[in-house]
Amino acid sequence: MTMAVGPIKRKFAPWEDSTLKPLIRFENVTKRFGDFTAVDNLSLDIYEREFFALLGPSGCGKTTLMRMLAGFEQPTEGRILLDGKDLAGIPPYKRPVNMMFQSYALFPHMTVEANIAFGLRQDGLDSSAINTRVSEMLSLVKLEKYAKRKPHQLSGGQKQRVALARSVAKRPKVLLLDEPLGALDKKLREETQFELMDLQVELGMTFLIVTHDQEEAMTVSDRIAVMDHGVIAQIGTASEIYEQPASRYVADFVGEINLIDCKVKAVNGRQLTLASTAEAVEIVADSNDGDVRVGSDACFAIRPEKVRISLEPPPPGASNVLCGEVWDIGYLGDISIFRVRLENGTIVKATMANLTRIVERPITWEDKVFLTWPHEAGVVLTK
Amino acid sequence: MNKSLTWFNLTALILGFAFLYIPILILVIYSFNASKLVTVWGGFSTRWYVELIHDEAIIDAAWVTIRVGILSATFATVLGTMAALVLDRYKKFHGRALFSGMVYAPLVMPEVITGLSLLLLFVAVGMDRGFWTVTIAHTTLTMCFVAVVVQSRLVTLDRSLEEAALDLGCPPFRTFFLITLPLIMPGVVAGWMLAFTLSLDDLVIASFSSGPGATTLPIKIYSMVRLGVTPEINAVSTILISVIAFGVIVASVLTHRAQVEKEKAERAVFLGG
Amino acid sequence: MVQRTLSSVRPFLAKWALVAVPYLWSLLFFLAPFFIIFKISLSQTAIAQPPYTPVFDGMATLWDKLSQLSLDNYAFLGSDPLYYSAYLSSLSIAAVSTLLLLVIGYPIAYGMARAPKSVRNALVMAVILPFWTSFLIRVYAWIGILKPEGLLTLLLQALHIYGPDQQVHLYNTAWAVYIGIVYSYLPFMVLPLYAALEKMDHTLLEAAADLGCPPLRSFWKITFPLSLPGVVAGSFLCFIPIVGEFVIPDILGGTSTLMIGKTLWAEFFNNRDWPVSSAVAVVLLIILVVPIVIFQNQQKKA
Repeated sequence: MTMAVGPIKRKFAPWEDSTLKPLIRFENVTKRFGDFTAVDNLSLDIYEREFFALLGPSGCGKTTLMRMLAGFEQPTEGRILLDGKDLAGIPPYKRPVNMMFQSYALFPHMTVEANIAFGLRQDGLDSSAINTRVSEMLSLVKLEKYAKRKPHQLSGGQKQRVALARSVAKRPKVLLLDEPLGALDKKLREETQFELMDLQVELGMTFLIVTHDQEEAMTVSDRIAVMDHGVIAQIGTASEIYEQPASRYVADFVGEINLIDCKVKAVNGRQLTLASTAEAVEIVADSNDGDVRVGSDACFAIRPEKVRISLEPPPPGASNVLCGEVWDIGYLGDISIFRVRLENGTIVKATMANLTRIVERPITWEDKVFLTWPHEAGVVLTK
Repeated sequence: MNKSLTWFNLTALILGFAFLYIPILILVIYSFNASKLVTVWGGFSTRWYVELIHDEAIIDAAWVTIRVGILSATFATVLGTMAALVLDRYKKFHGRALFSGMVYAPLVMPEVITGLSLLLLFVAVGMDRGFWTVTIAHTTLTMCFVAVVVQSRLVTLDRSLEEAALDLGCPPFRTFFLITLPLIMPGVVAGWMLAFTLSLDDLVIASFSSGPGATTLPIKIYSMVRLGVTPEINAVSTILISVIAFGVIVASVLTHRAQVEKEKAERAVFLGG
Repeated sequence: MVQRTLSSVRPFLAKWALVAVPYLWSLLFFLAPFFIIFKISLSQTAIAQPPYTPVFDGMATLWDKLSQLSLDNYAFLGSDPLYYSAYLSSLSIAAVSTLLLLVIGYPIAYGMARAPKSVRNALVMAVILPFWTSFLIRVYAWIGILKPEGLLTLLLQALHIYGPDQQVHLYNTAWAVYIGIVYSYLPFMVLPLYAALEKMDHTLLEAAADLGCPPLRSFWKITFPLSLPGVVAGSFLCFIPIVGEFVIPDILGGTSTLMIGKTLWAEFFNNRDWPVSSAVAVVLLIILVVPIVIFQNQQKKA
C-alpha cells in the first residue's frame, strides 16, 4: 500500500489511484446457464479494504457473480483473479474467500460455538487456538452467553450475527455477503448496517455485498455497482450513483425520480435547453457529457426532493416551471410526498420536508401549484 | 383456524380406524385362546406361545428372516441413499431417465414379476438359491423405498448448508459426513426401518428367490396357513406385530419429543428475547 | 493447468462412483432380469433342470439362436381362455378395488386433514402402523372373521340378524378378495390423499364461502380438484400392484377367483413350467407399462 495513513477522516478512494493493483479482478467474465446469460462479458476491479456493493433487481446476475468468486459456479468465459492469481479450477474449499449466506446456513445440528469453529477445524488448527479465536468472535458479535445454544434457539438477529462470526472467523481476504440483512425487520436492519460498517473497518477486510436494497447498498458501501441483465450499468460511490446516474435504468432503479422525455433544442456550452415532448415546457439544464446535439432525444431526470412546490406563481419569464394540480398527498412524517398532475396527465412527484410541526396553510388536494427547480438540480440522460 | 371436527369427519375417522384395527385386535386376542378352534373362546392361555418356543422350524425361520432383514436393509439403505443423492443432485446425465425409472418402478411392480425375474437371473448366472439370493432380492426391492424416503428428506435440505461447509474449507467428501448425513439421518433411519419391515414381511419375492435351508418366516407362515388356521399362527403374528409396533412407536415418540423440545426452545427465544 | 485438471478430475470421479454403484446394482438386479424373463418366455419347455432350454448359451451362431426362439408360449397363452379371463378379471378386480379404496379412503383422509393439528401426526402414524405390520398376517386375520363358522357369523347370530343355522358365505368368494384388498391397500390410498388435502390452504374455502359458495359446492369446485394429484397418485399406487396381487386372492379367494398373479404362481410352483410363467409375466408387464409410466411421471412432478 502506497497510500499514506492519514487521519481517520481521510478520503478512501483506492480506485482513483492508478498505481494500486485491485484485490479482485473480474476479466471479461461471462456465465451462461443453458440459453440464459446470467453474466455478460463483465469486467470489474475491487480494491483491498473496500466495502463494495452489487446492487440490482433479482435475476440481474449479482448473485451469480458472487457465487463465481466463492467457487460455486465456474465462469463460462473470462477469468477471475484474486491477488493477481487466477481462481479457475480452485474449488470453493480452497479459496481464501468466505461467504455469509442469505439463509445464514447455520448448521442446525451444531452449537453456536461449533458453527463458528467449523472453518477453523478444517484448517487443522490446534484446539486452544480454535477456542481463543471462537471466543474472540463471540465477543465481537456480543454473543458470549449463547455459545452453547443451537441455531433454532436463537432469534433472527442472533442467527445473523452467528453467521457473520462464522464467516469472518477464518480471516478471509474477502468476505462475501449475500443479502445479509434481508431476513431482518427494518429497525434491526438499519442498526446492523452500521455494525457491519464498523466491523469491516475493525477487521480491515474487503467486503463484497450483494443486495437488492438500494438504501442498504448506499449506507454500507464505498462503491456500488448497479447491475442490469448481467452487465454493470454504473459503478460509483453512493452519491455519484444517486446524483449522477449514467442512464435511465440507474436513475429509475436507485431512489425516486421524475423522468421527462425531451428533445434538445439548443446547446450553449454546458448549458442545454430542452423541450418536453409531452408538455409545452422548456427546461434549462446542465449537460452530463459532451455528447448531445441539437434535435437529439434526451431524458430529463430530477429527484422529487429537488423540486420546489409552491402555491405562488414564479416571476414571469422564469425557466424550469411546471404547473399542475395536487392529485395525491402522502404524509410520511419526516417528509410529505406530493403527486402533481400536469395538464396533459403526467404525474410529477415532489417532496417537502416537514420542518415544523404546524404548517400554517398546508398545500392540499386540488390546489393549483407551481413546480420549480434550479438548472443544476436535474440530470440530462441520453441512455 | 381449526374448527372442531364435524360429525361426518368424525364418523369417517372412527369407522376407518375401526376397519384398520379390529382384525388385528381379534388376531391378537385369539392368540391367547386356550381352545384349538380359532373361533371358539376357550379361556385365556399362553400355551400357543409356549408351543411356539419349542417349534424349531419357526425359530429357525425367524432367525433367517431377521438376518436377511438386517443385511438387506443395511445394503438397501446404502444403495438407496446413494440413489436418492443422485436423483436429487444430478439433474442431467446420460441415462438419468432410465435410472429414475429403475428407482420408481419397483414401488408398484407386482411382486410376482420381480420375484420371477430375479429367480431367473440367479439361475442364469448359476447362483445357488438360499440366504444370499433372498438378501440380494430384498435389497433390490427395498432400496427403492429407501431412495424415496431419503429423497423426500433431501428435498427439504437447504443446499446452502453444504455450500457453507465447502466455503469454510471442508472438502466435499467430508462435507457429506459432517453436514449432509447428520441432517438427512431421520430419513435414512426411517428408510432402514421401512426396508427392514418390508423384508420381514415379504412372502412372494422370498418364495421365488429362496432355496432349501433359507425358509423365511412369511414362507413358513404361508405354508402353515395353507394347512389351516391355528392359534399358533396368531401367536407368531402377535409377536411380530408387537415387535414392529414397539419399534415404530418408540421411533415416532423419540422424533416427536425432539420436535416438541425444539418448538419449546423456539418459543422461549421469542418470549425471553 | 496441471493443477486445474487434477482438482477437477477428483470430484468427477466421486460423482461417477456415486452414480455408478446404485446404477449398476439396478441394471443387474432389476433391468437385466427382465431381459432374461423375456428370453425365457421365447424358449421351449424342457424337462431338464433348470426347466427350460437355454437360448443364448455357448457360441452358437446368430441364425441358430434365432431359429431356436419361438412364440409357442405366447401362442399357448392365446389359445387357452384361462389366461385371457385371468388377465381380464385381474384388471376388473383391480379397477373396482381402486374405486372402492377411493370412496372409502377419501373421507378418512379428509377427516384426518381437517382434524386439529395436534392430533394429525398421531392419526398419520395410526394409518401407517398397520402398513408396517405384516401383509400376510393382516390378510390371514380375515380368515377367522369371514369363515362360515367365523366371527362375523357369530356376531350376526348374536345380534339375531342371522338365525342359529345361517352362516356368512364370504370366504373363498370375490367379496372376500375385495375386503382383503381394500383392507391391505387402504394406507396406500389414504396417505397420498391426506398429503394433498393437508397441503391445501384452508383460507381458500373461507374465500369461497365469503364469495357465496355453499360448503358442498365448494368441496366439488375447490377441495376435490386441488386433491386430484393425491387421487391420481393413490390410485396408481394401488391399481398397479393389485393387478398382479397373489397373496390376497390365494388366501381369501379360494379357487373361485381368477387372478393372474395366482395363475403365474401356479404355473411356476405347481406346473414348474418356467417358459409359460415367463410369458405370463411378460404379458402382464406389457399391460402395466402404460400405468407405470404415468405413475413415474407423476412421481417426478411431485
